[in-house]
Formats: sequence, C-alpha cells, structure tokens
Amino acid sequence: MTGIYAENSEGIFKKSVLEAASYASQISQGQVTAVCIGQPNAGEADKLAQYGVNKLICIDGFSNFDAQTYSKELAQAFANNQISQIVFANTYEAKSIAPRVAVIMNASIASNVIALPETSSGFKVKRGVFSGKGFAYVTLDRANKVIAITPNSTELKENSTTIQIETISATQTTAQTAISSTSKAGGKIPLTEAEIVVSAGRGMKGPENWGMVEDLADILGAATACSKPVSDMDWRPHSEHVGQTGITIKPNLYIAIGISGAIQHLAGVSSSKVIVVINKDPEAPFFKAADYGIVGDAFEVLPKLIEAAKASKN
Amino acid sequence: MKILVCMSVVPDTTTKVTFTDNDTKFNTQGVQFIINPYDELSLTRALEIAEKNGGTVTVATVGTAETDAVIRKALAIGANDAIRINAEPKDAQFVSEQLAAVAKANGYDMILTGRESIDYNGGQVCGLLGALLDWPSVNVCTKIDIQNGRAEFERDIDGGRQTLSSSLPVVASAQKDLCEPRIPNMKGIMAARTKPLQVIEPISTDLASTYVNFETPASKQAVRMIDAENAGQLIDILKNEAKIIA
Repeated sequence: MTGIYAENSEGIFKKSVLEAASYASQISQGQVTAVCIGQPNAGEADKLAQYGVNKLICIDGFSNFDAQTYSKELAQAFANNQISQIVFANTYEAKSIAPRVAVIMNASIASNVIALPETSSGFKVKRGVFSGKGFAYVTLDRANKVIAITPNSTELKENSTTIQIETISATQTTAQTAISSTSKAGGKIPLTEAEIVVSAGRGMKGPENWGMVEDLADILGAATACSKPVSDMDWRPHSEHVGQTGITIKPNLYIAIGISGAIQHLAGVSSSKVIVVINKDPEAPFFKAADYGIVGDAFEVLPKLIEAAKASKN
Repeated sequence: MKILVCMSVVPDTTTKVTFTDNDTKFNTQGVQFIINPYDELSLTRALEIAEKNGGTVTVATVGTAETDAVIRKALAIGANDAIRINAEPKDAQFVSEQLAAVAKANGYDMILTGRESIDYNGGQVCGLLGALLDWPSVNVCTKIDIQNGRAEFERDIDGGRQTLSSSLPVVASAQKDLCEPRIPNMKGIMAARTKPLQVIEPISTDLASTYVNFETPASKQAVRMIDAENAGQLIDILKNEAKIIA
C-alpha cells in the first residue's frame, strides 16, 4: 500500500502535498493513505481526495515540531496500515523527517525525485544530482521505500475519490528538543514552491534598488531570489540565494536580472521550465542557458516590464 | 565536548559535470576535489565550539585513499584527528550506517554534518544518523551553540526561521550563514602532516539502493532575443505564446 506524509502548514495542505498525493495515487496499486500531524482546516481533506487519497489519518497530541518523535509516530501509523511506499514533498520539514522514517521502517530512501518510477525491473527513480548539473537513475532495493519528490517537478493529475478521516492520539510526544520561537515571512511564497521566480544580481547596483524587483514579482505572483554575490554582500537574505551552494529551484518561469550566469548559479536554476535573462552585457554566459533574452540596462528594462505586466493584468 | 564532523569529499563547484562508462560513472578526469562547502562550515563551527567550551573535533569520511589529501586539509583547518572508513560512498544510507558505527564505538556529544553534499544533494545524513543513533536531529542550522549543557540552534524552516534547543547528544546540519569557513594557515598545514588519520574497514550492511546510470540536462534551444526598447513585449510572449503567466 502507498502512503504520503501530508505536511500540515497551519491547517493547509499546500500544492507540494497535493503533488505527493498525485504521485502516490499514480504508483499505488490500491488505496492511498495520507498521514498528517494535527488537524487540517475544514475542506482541506477534500483537496487530498481530489488527487486520489482515500484515507487521512490525523495524529493528535503534538504541540511542537520535533523530528524524532514525529518520525516515530508517522512510521508507526504507516506500519499499522501496511504501507510500504511513502511519498514526501521534499520540503525542509520533510527533509528532517523522511530519513528518520526510512531508518525506522528499514526502507530505501531517495530524495530530489523528479519523475514517476520505472517499475519494469525493480523500482527505479530519477533524481537530481550535482546541484542541477545532472540526473541519476537509482533503484530502491528494499521492500519498503521512501520517496521525497521535488516540489513543482511532477504533474498534478486529478483522480477524485472519497476520503475517510480518522484521528489517533500520539503515544510518544516527549521531545528532546524545545522550540522557543518561530518567525515566518508572512504572506510570502516560499522560494522552493514558487511557480514564478524573479531573481536579481549585482547588476542592481545596491539593495536600495530592489523595489523594482519586488514590484515585478508582486504583479506576477512570484517569489524573489538573488545570486550568491548579492547574498554574500548582505544586500539580500541568504535564504534568497539560489545556486549550487544556495537553494536549487525548479519554477515554471525564472527571470534573471543583472546576473551573469556563473556555472554555480546555473546549477541551481537550470531545471526551470522557461528562463528569461536580462543583462546589459550581450556576452553574459547566462544567455546561452536562456529561452528569452533582453540585452539592456535593468533600470530601463524593469520599468517597462512592470508597466506591461500591470497592463496585462487589467 | 567530543564533536564528530561528517565530511563529504566533492567536486569543486566550478566542475563541468560529465559521465563515463556508458554514463554509469561520474567522470573524475581533471576534477579538483574539495571539502563539501557545507561540511566546511560544520567543521569551522565545531572548532569554534570546542575552543570556547573545551573539547576535541574528529573528522570522519567514507572514501578511498584518494580522499586523504582532502582529509589532510580538514586537519590543517584545525580538526584534532580524522577517521576514514575505507569504502566507496555508495549512497547516503551506506555512508550513514558507517558513520553511525563510528559514533557508537567512540561516543560523541555532538555530530555535525552539512545540510547536503553538493554532489548527491541527498540532505539525508543528518536525519539518518539521528534515527540510527536514536538522537534528536536538527536540520539546516544557521546558528549552533552550547549553553548550560544544552545545544542551542537557529534553523531555516519552510518560509521562515526557528529558534530551538536540544539535549545532548544531538546531530545537526549546517546551512550557509552558520559561520565564515576557516582557511588553513601554514602552521596548520605543517601540523596536519603528523595528526592521526585512522583508516578503518567498513561494517557490512545490506545496500538500500543502486545508482544505475546518469544523464546531463538536455541542452536548450537557441535563445530568442527581445529588443530592450520593446521590453514589454516579453510579458505578451510569456502570457500568450509560452502560456507561463496568467
């Protein structure tokens, strides 16, 4: 049987969780069971049902996130429901839980999985390696399998069913970690899940000029990102740094402004479906990796894009 | 404080990645190998913690004799000693099982890893080790400290940041911003030559996965240029031709 970890983001199942549900229902031979910590908001379970989840198990009794106790309870719930393959959306939260669940269940684990498995001989998944510079085909050889899929890389396929909801109580909630504070950038789209990303580099000349970048991002419903030099100089927070030593992203549209396109930067963004490069240097290496390019000064091009994007909204 | 730093030896970030033997192996020809950048951060932070609180820092890696030069660099940066488990690092689970065996044999108060290696990008070793040892594990830390016998952390979470603490022993993984990586100085390089590098044989485990073959990303079609004067046209193309924005 197939299961998913339905990460509960303040009551909401995000798109990445629905992708995990859709992936699970496509590889499942029967039922798909989702397990979440706590209770989702009203109507959220129906979102899972739309992508083929028949059963949702909510585990009550936790007040704070803790990788060790969460993973024990999850592994227990999966085992109790005879679930042998478990799909996670590869978020930070999942990255801290999925490997622990794999150990407890004596499962094989693959992360950064970007396509459905080939199952003609064994169970072979495709995963991103070398920070976007390559892909590997890996067979998962143990009977139990944990598959963590990269957000925004697999198709959402509707497969509506009805869902039954069950609540169980956690038996081991005494954590060895204690959380003292959590701060979330309110209302912003997390970079790894964004479908559109507007990113800028040294060509912006200074942090005071980021208003234009944010304006364009706002109109397009995009997240903002930056190059390594920009985060190194503290113009932008390091959490926005995309590239080989930053975050690897895979949006539908990546717009790079004033970024030359060093190999380390390309590594983190080259899997984007469509890449737009805006740079005043026609020789910038990034143009070779782009689908669309504009040779021009960011300070002249950006206002035109903002204006056109606004006009197209109305 | 006994701290174990788990190190991965990876291709330099400027490497052009290609594969050989019918795309079944990474082509190491002409490739410069380095300490995984995130592991360099965990090593530096481990040294800072040991200097402040008293203690030792051991570096462990799973690799063949070819990795010894990179291990010496970690010793030059300041680790007290090193352990090399003499095997090809087959996958994250194999590596973690080997490291867990070292941890069980020697006993540590804290194990630090990188948030991921820049070659296989699994990001799993921290959690795998935590579960194999049944210790708490804390991922993607931008701050790690010891205060009154507990470990204190700041870590990245999806769309934000979190402050938390944990009992010892604990496993944690390093994220950018944790510290400025140290560069070895001449004294360190000299001292590294005589520091202990223990080579041990791997424990036997059943492999969890098999890397069958690799591929490089498909090359892009030629870029379509848009005149800067009519930059606004781009929005129209993205909306009506590429159908990628609403």
